[in-house]
Amino acid sequence: MIAAFVGVAFDGIAYGGLLFLISLGLSVTLGLMNFINLAHGTFAMMGGFLCVELIRRAGVPFLATLPLVFLVVGLAGVVLERLLYRRLYRRGHLDQVLFTIGLMLMAQAAAARIWGPSQQPVTLPPAFHHQISLLGVDVGVYRLFLIGCVAAVTTALGLLLGRTRFGTQLRAAVDHRQAAAGSGINVELLFSITFAVGSGLAGLGGALAIDVLGLDPTFGFKYLVYFLIVVGVGGVGSLRGPLLAALVLGMVDIGGKYYLPRAGSFAVYAAMVALLALFPAGLYGRRA
Amino acid sequence: MAGALTTSGLRRSFRGFTAIADVSLDIPAGARHALIGPNGAGKTTLINLLTGALRPDDGEVMMDGNRITHLPQHARVKRGLTRTFQVNTLFASLTVLESVALAVCERLGQGADCWRPVSAREDVLDEAYELLGSLGLDGDGGAVTRQLPYGKQRLVEIALALAARPSVLLLDEPAAGIPSGESQQLIATIERLPAETTILLIEHDMSLVFRFAQRITVLAAGSVVTEGTPDAVAADARVRELYLGGEGHA
Amino acid sequence: MVAVPDSAGRIPNLPRPNWHGLELGFWATPFLAYFVAPDRRLLLVQIFVYALFALSLDLILGYAGILSLGHAAFFGTGAYTAGLLARHGWVEPLSGLGAAALICAAFGYAVSFLVVSGPDLTRLLVTLGVGLLTSEAANQASAITGGVDGLSDMQPARLLGVFRFQLNGKTAFVYSLIVLLLVFVFVRRLVHAPFGLSLRGIRENRRRMPAIGVNVRGRLQAVFALGAAIAGMAGALLAQTTGFVGIDTLSFQRSADLLIILLIGGTGRLYGALLGAAVFILAQDYLSGISPEYWQFWLGAALVLLVLVAPGGVIGGGEAFYRRWRHRWQVR
Repeated sequence: MIAAFVGVAFDGIAYGGLLFLISLGLSVTLGLMNFINLAHGTFAMMGGFLCVELIRRAGVPFLATLPLVFLVVGLAGVVLERLLYRRLYRRGHLDQVLFTIGLMLMAQAAAARIWGPSQQPVTLPPAFHHQISLLGVDVGVYRLFLIGCVAAVTTALGLLLGRTRFGTQLRAAVDHRQAAAGSGINVELLFSITFAVGSGLAGLGGALAIDVLGLDPTFGFKYLVYFLIVVGVGGVGSLRGPLLAALVLGMVDIGGKYYLPRAGSFAVYAAMVALLALFPAGLYGRRA
Repeated sequence: MAGALTTSGLRRSFRGFTAIADVSLDIPAGARHALIGPNGAGKTTLINLLTGALRPDDGEVMMDGNRITHLPQHARVKRGLTRTFQVNTLFASLTVLESVALAVCERLGQGADCWRPVSAREDVLDEAYELLGSLGLDGDGGAVTRQLPYGKQRLVEIALALAARPSVLLLDEPAAGIPSGESQQLIATIERLPAETTILLIEHDMSLVFRFAQRITVLAAGSVVTEGTPDAVAADARVRELYLGGEGHA
Repeated sequence: MVAVPDSAGRIPNLPRPNWHGLELGFWATPFLAYFVAPDRRLLLVQIFVYALFALSLDLILGYAGILSLGHAAFFGTGAYTAGLLARHGWVEPLSGLGAAALICAAFGYAVSFLVVSGPDLTRLLVTLGVGLLTSEAANQASAITGGVDGLSDMQPARLLGVFRFQLNGKTAFVYSLIVLLLVFVFVRRLVHAPFGLSLRGIRENRRRMPAIGVNVRGRLQAVFALGAAIAGMAGALLAQTTGFVGIDTLSFQRSADLLIILLIGGTGRLYGALLGAAVFILAQDYLSGISPEYWQFWLGAALVLLVLVAPGGVIGGGEAFYRRWRHRWQVR
């Protein structure tokens, strides 16, 4: 019983960590530019497909694809931001929602055309297929690796936000954009960089998620709800909020599917609606 | 004796910062009362507490002796307490007439009616036109609010508050953003308000304050420093100190 | 908007609810289509159903400004209500329609508590969540709803005891068109009445509304429940005219379709919903022969382009064009 619970908890944390990694970009986009980007899941999907292609066509080992995916998807993010997204910052949320749904549909259709509708396999390094014994429970090495990755990235981000000038400027801009711009911070540049990092992280998360969540053209939409939940419930303007929300979400989903298989996704949606009813502005952070 | 608007022991903090600390006011009916104080004194917080946009941590707000402390904002409006906003809070894409008609419909209790169009309601239109006329906005009924010059928008701001025929009117810096030279129209409008209406004016423009107010309350750091006639307040050493030589212009 | 002096000799600058010539012409078209395109009647019925559905969202989104991604929950609930009633022997169509409206109004009112406060993202999420929950629930309760297979073979009774629902679609056509027209007339009046004006006020500046004495929550809850009821009626119409209720009526796809319809036609003008529905259904019919990916890709591209280029939709673009054209004439 306990063993099963620990297993579920580990899975939940790994899963939640992944969701956090991917959702972070969405949170910043919303907090900094008040832009609702429903195509954010598409960046994750891009990362996943890029990883698969690199392994399959170029024979790049899995671990090596990760930094590449981060860079390429981040770059793609900047390009999209400069060309398209920038025009919509002043528009209302409805326009942004419709626009990004359009992008998502296009990407989904294109991916289905190129790679077909079925799930993509990924070849992980053999070490990841093992299990090791932790606290008397067998835990997958890959899960541990994921948790490690997320922990590393989160720590790095925490340092970036707390200890660097860039981080301070970013926090100022999220808190009060006009005041920040007024005091000489180049908010537009700040945003491009942040968008790049956010997209890159999403891509990275997508690559890491292939084995855990499965990768197919509908990835962007299938998990979009989860990303929105992380941001909506976790709030914007902090790392803690989305992290906590993501971990809870991960555990609730995995736990729900394990202990109440008939309920399926019910647990997650119901929990989300309940949480939002109680905390309309999110668990932490200011109003989204 | 129950004043038109009274507060007792009003207190409000925000995450450890005390914005309003034990404020008690007693404003009689028909008063021309002004509230002044340096920036950050808590004037806006006080207005929000009076109108119901904020709830106090402690203390009471009363109208004519009746407790309204926990009434929501719209309920207080129905009791006759309205306000204007320091920054124009108008319906940008609606025309002036539509905006005022909207407010009048609400006052007449027709706000939730679903069948008869607004344009067919003579009573609403009569009142709306009358109100616009009294503020010198006769010809501006058809103008879209966002296209009006700032000064006229300020008048629309007042029109919306007057549409409810308030017994107590809170004016939050009505002259804000209007150059001193052009504020004549505005001052004249405020002076023409019915004598029975109790008016609490918050202003930085001292010439306006001293011309208009019968009594002044001075607020600083969330507490009342002093209260009295304009002359008494002007002569008060503490007030002088606050304003460092009498400079009170925003 | 016709400027006619009223009894006091003033010209109120309020939209007058007199029916414009264009409007009458617009409504003549479907009546004509009945005779001109007899073989396309069922397609036209689909347009009427979606037009009604879109109208309900325009009230909520275009007038009150509530961003909803789960409106299909009410559409599907209405469809299943009518369908289940028919399955269990209650085949009278008008009362089925009424029942769907009532149940969805109650459902909508319950959801409205979650939707009236909070930022846009919260409302998006809550409505999306409700939509997904409803869809999941219907899927799980397959014993009642038929699950993925849906409910089928539902034959409604004679309309008003006289008109039979035949395969040629005559009754279905007139039935759905009349319902659409009646609801439209009601909504049109509502929009010109103080209630409609207050909705616009809430959308324009929510903060100002309590300051003029409006209980914003109450208004929003009322309009949300009304929108839900109308969506439910649209769903019931679908069930009754096609004899089939599928689980896709509750899907996110339906909710998204609706947003697209409002984008095409334009929000906040009622006719945008109607026009948008017509364009969307016709386009879908025309392009559905090609692979679903093709349709999906070009739909996405159309969305992107429309938002960038014509945010007011067909109606908004048309109005802007008309204004510029008129201005040019006036300048001369």
